[in-house]
Amino acid sequence: MELIKDLPEVFEEFAEQRQNSFLNVKKLKEQGIPVVGVYCTYFPQEIAMAMGAATIGLCSTSDETIPDAEKDLPKNLCPLIKSSYGFAKTDKCPFFYFSDVVVGETTCDGKKKMYEYMAEFKPVHIMELPNSQSPEALELWKKEIIKFKEFLEEKFEVEITEEKIREAIKVNNNVRRSLKKFYKVMANDPVPMYGHNLFKVLYGSTFKFNRAAIPAEVDAVVEKIMAEYEVEKKIEKKPRILVTGCPIGGATEKVIRAIEDNGGVVVTYENCSGAKSIDQLVDEDNPDVYDALARRYLNIGCSVMTPNPNRLELLGRLIDEYKVDGVVEVVLQACHTYNVESFGIRRFVNEKKGIPYIAVETDYSQADIGQLNTRLTAFIEML
Amino acid sequence: MKEDMWKIMSMNYVGIDIGSTASKVVVRGKNDIRFVLPTGWSSKETTIKIKERLLEAGVDVASEDTRVVATGYGRVAVDFADKVITEITCHARGGRELAGGDCTIIDVGGQDTKVIQVNQGVVTDFLMNDKCSAGTGKFLEIMANRLGITLNELFELAKTGESIPISSLCTVFAESEIISYIGEGRAREDIAAGVIDSVVAKVAQLAQRQKSAEKIILTGGLSHSDYFASKLSEKMGKNVMPTELGRFAGALGAAYLAEEKRR
Repeated sequence: MELIKDLPEVFEEFAEQRQNSFLNVKKLKEQGIPVVGVYCTYFPQEIAMAMGAATIGLCSTSDETIPDAEKDLPKNLCPLIKSSYGFAKTDKCPFFYFSDVVVGETTCDGKKKMYEYMAEFKPVHIMELPNSQSPEALELWKKEIIKFKEFLEEKFEVEITEEKIREAIKVNNNVRRSLKKFYKVMANDPVPMYGHNLFKVLYGSTFKFNRAAIPAEVDAVVEKIMAEYEVEKKIEKKPRILVTGCPIGGATEKVIRAIEDNGGVVVTYENCSGAKSIDQLVDEDNPDVYDALARRYLNIGCSVMTPNPNRLELLGRLIDEYKVDGVVEVVLQACHTYNVESFGIRRFVNEKKGIPYIAVETDYSQADIGQLNTRLTAFIEML
Repeated sequence: MKEDMWKIMSMNYVGIDIGSTASKVVVRGKNDIRFVLPTGWSSKETTIKIKERLLEAGVDVASEDTRVVATGYGRVAVDFADKVITEITCHARGGRELAGGDCTIIDVGGQDTKVIQVNQGVVTDFLMNDKCSAGTGKFLEIMANRLGITLNELFELAKTGESIPISSLCTVFAESEIISYIGEGRAREDIAAGVIDSVVAKVAQLAQRQKSAEKIILTGGLSHSDYFASKLSEKMGKNVMPTELGRFAGALGAAYLAEEKRR
C-alpha cells in the first residue's frame, strides 16, 4: 500500500478517526453488526471479534458531562470515570448509544462501583479482573473470559468457535506488530515526528472497526515517515520524554502539548494509550486458546495490580530502547492506584535508571495549563 | 579573561521576575540596580513601568548591549525579553549565588511554594504545591487582612503569641476558622502565631518529600524573616537559613542566565 497523502494530513485523519467513527458506527448497526462498548485495556477484544462484533472504546476524554455525572457521583473522583458515566447517562456519546452491550472490568474501585449505577440504564457485563497475577488469578481470569464468551453466545444467539478466536488472535497480533513497528521509529535520535502525531495514530487506530485493515495502513505510514526521514531530519535533537501513568487523550493531550511546545519531545508512551496495550502478543501456539488470552491480558502492568512488576519491566525496557532523558507521569485527579504507585515509580526511575522524573496531577479542565506549562518547562530546562 | 571582564562591564544583564504579587528586577554588569514593585492587576502594565524605571536609571532594554531574561508567572508578558526561562531554573541559579553553592531552595511565593534541589550547580529535582494557596504568601496575606494588620505586623504579633491550631487546609475554610476565633475573643497574637504555624507546617511537609541538601535557604517574599526561618527549621529539624536578598533570587538568577545563556 502506498500513501498518496502528505503525512500531516495522515496524522490528522487518525486524529479525526474517533469523530468519523461516530458515523460509521451507525452504518454498522444498520448492517446488523453487533457493537460491544469497552472501557479497558484488560478487555479480551478477540472474543468479541470472533463473533463478528465491532468493539469500541467508551472512555470519555472531555469535561462536558462531568457536572451531570456529579449529580450521582462524588466530586472528588477520577475525571475519566465521571466523564464516562456522564456521557452514558446523558446519552451524548454515540458509541455508548449504539453499543448493544457494555463490558466493564473490576479494575479500580471508582470504576467498578460506577458500573453498578450504569447497569441501571444499560446492559453491562462485568468481568471480574483479579488484582494480582498469581496462578489462582490466572485461573479466575480464564474462567471470566470463557464466561464472557458464553454471555455473548447467549445474548446474540451465535456460536463463538475456537477457530474464530484463533483467527481474531492472528488479526490482532498483526495489528500489534504493525503498531510496534510504528512507534519504534521514535527510537531514532533526532525523532522523525513529534510525539503528538505518534499519539494521534496510536489513539486513532483504536477507533478503526476493520481491524484487519490496520497493518497495511500503518505500515504505509511507517514507510513514508522513514523515507522522508532519510531525505531530511526535520526535527532537531531535543530532550526525550517518556509519558507514563493514567490513560490520556482528548482534554489531557494538554500534557503532550505542554511538553512539546516547551522544547521536549515525547518519544514513547508507556500508559494504556501506548505500549502497555500493544507490547505483548497473544501466544498463537498455545493449544488452549483461553489460557493464551488470559495470560496475555492478565499480564498487563496497570497500577490496579498488586504487586505490579510488569509496569517496571516495560518502563525500564522503554527507557533504554528510546534513550529517554526524563519520565513524565500523568496522574488523573483522585486516581489512587497510580497516585500511590508514583512514589515507587519515582524511586525506580531516579535510582535504577538514573534519570529525572516528574509527576503531574491533572483533570479534564483546562484550568491548570499555566501550571502544567511551568512545571514541564522547568523539567525540560533541567534535562 | 580580560576581554570577558571588559564585556561584562560594558553590558547590562537584566533579570525580571514577574511574580503573582511582586515584580522584582535585578541588573548586573555595567549598572548595579535592584528594585521591586507590586505586580498589580496587569503584568503588561507592570512590564511597561519596569521598562521606564530602567530607562530612568540609564538602562535601555532595547539597546544592543542589554540582555533581558524574564521569569515568573508573568514572564510571557515581558515582550522585550531576549529569553524566557521558568522561575524554577532562575531561582536555582539565583539561590546558588545566595547560598554560595549547592543547596536546597525553599521559595514561598505569593501564589505557589517551590522546593528546588541544586546539585553541582544544576536543578536535579523540584516540587511545587498543587493548585492550592495553603502554604503560600497568599494565605498569609488573606489572614493578615482578616486580622486587619499588615504582613510585617502579623510576624511581629506572632512572636509574642501562643499558637492556636488552625486545622483547615483550605484557605477559605481556614479564614472561617479564624473568624470564629475572633468571635470567641481569642488574642490576636495567638491567632497570628497559629496562622504562621499553619503555613510553616504546609511548607515543611512539601520540603520533606525530598532529600534536602546540607544547606537549605529560604527565598521569596518571606525570605528575610528570621522568625519564619526559625519556625521552619524547628518544624523540619534542619537549619533553614533566611536570606536578605531572597525575594530577588528569581530576578538575580535571571540576570545571571542573561549573561550565561547567550546564543
